[in-house]
Amino acid sequence: MYGKGLKPLSIATVAALALSLSLVFFYAPLDADQGFVQKIFYLHVPLAIVALLGFVAGGVFAIAHLRSGDSKWDAYSYVSIHMSVIFGVAVLITGAIWAKASWGHWWVWDEPTLVSFLIVFLMYATYYPFRYAIEDRDRQARYASVFAITAGAFVPLNFMAVRMAESLVHPRTFATAEGGLPAEMMLTFLVSLGATGLLWTTLVKFELTAKSASGQLKRLRRALDAPPSGGSSRVAPEVS
Amino acid sequence: MIAILAKDLRTELRTLQSLPAMALFAVTTFVIFRFGLDRTALSGSLAAGVLWVTLLFAAILGINRLFVAEREEGGFDAIRLAPIDRTAVFAAKATALLVYLLALELVAVPVFAIFFLDSAAALPPLALALLLADIGLAATGTLISSMAVNSRARDLLTPLVLLPLAVPLSIAATGAIEPLLGVGGPAYDRFGTWLAVLGLYDLIFLLVGYAVFDFLLED
Repeated sequence: MYGKGLKPLSIATVAALALSLSLVFFYAPLDADQGFVQKIFYLHVPLAIVALLGFVAGGVFAIAHLRSGDSKWDAYSYVSIHMSVIFGVAVLITGAIWAKASWGHWWVWDEPTLVSFLIVFLMYATYYPFRYAIEDRDRQARYASVFAITAGAFVPLNFMAVRMAESLVHPRTFATAEGGLPAEMMLTFLVSLGATGLLWTTLVKFELTAKSASGQLKRLRRALDAPPSGGSSRVAPEVS
Repeated sequence: MIAILAKDLRTELRTLQSLPAMALFAVTTFVIFRFGLDRTALSGSLAAGVLWVTLLFAAILGINRLFVAEREEGGFDAIRLAPIDRTAVFAAKATALLVYLLALELVAVPVFAIFFLDSAAALPPLALALLLADIGLAATGTLISSMAVNSRARDLLTPLVLLPLAVPLSIAATGAIEPLLGVGGPAYDRFGTWLAVLGLYDLIFLLVGYAVFDFLLED
């Protein structure tokens, strides 16, 4: 039942990604300072924004889960965080490439945005061992939601603390860079952001569909009283 | 709430399960830092880092044990049966943890000062910064500990989840402590700002704990 609308959404995502990539390579002007390498900006920044929004969405779904007790919201929360962690890996890799190209180092400790993102990423990476260490399914869902809410409150606080630790030493590169973006770059950036957001939504929907299908399959098997084939104990939440 | 708090403190006083271990751990860690860093005196950021990291890791020892008695002796069921507000448990446990942390620091900070510092002038403002940091650590520690104790990998899970959560707290705490332990006596460079960050952290996680703790005891 999660499969509804999956096809048009996938097509729209592919189209948006194609559009954004062609804009990145053929339309957006070369950066005077950094040249071609700057184009990774159109990949890196949207990924980071979408990943962070995904973490926030995970927290919001977790609140919905605790309020309603409906395990559907827990699955939404789980998949949102899961997808954002995957996006987070991409953010850290593209960020390291960009940092190497423009600052000469793979990792720069005095760039607050970078450091905050790493800490947030580490925080959410503990979501998996945390979740799978709890056996009871109801309790697992409830605790995971509490984790998602706590981590959601932690994200802005962490950004603030890290920024304050550096703010006297370093100017806010990102805040000034984005304000002064030329129109063509801004358009390309916004299209890339939209495409990445669509990609996230589509992948989340795909995963939810897969989970709901495997959950249904498991229930049917149980109804037939057949032993499940190759089921692992580390199953992600089931969706009804 | 008072009853649970009193019970916790009485149990700890009678069994002395966590506190001596925490204090001993802290003192031994100072000795290890003495040789690991090869310094006989510390100041500035190094002093703040050594002090905070030691206190944080010693605190994790206590946080790990915070709910163990409840789990092993069935205290959770008793709490669930009792006609009390569940958030009272959170308040009591967080207060108990805060008392442990303060007791730990009562031992560890003077030892740190004797080992590594030239003067004790920085201790009063240091105590204020540590108190605010402890409140935050007590809030997050209670929250994480109550969840970890019901899992398979409880001793593993608490540090794993708590450490990233404590990063902003560590930034603010060391930020406040660092100028206090500077070479030429205590300075108050951005001290108020960092105290405000610590206070904000305390407030946010006390509120989060208050809001979600109900769901952790349900069954």
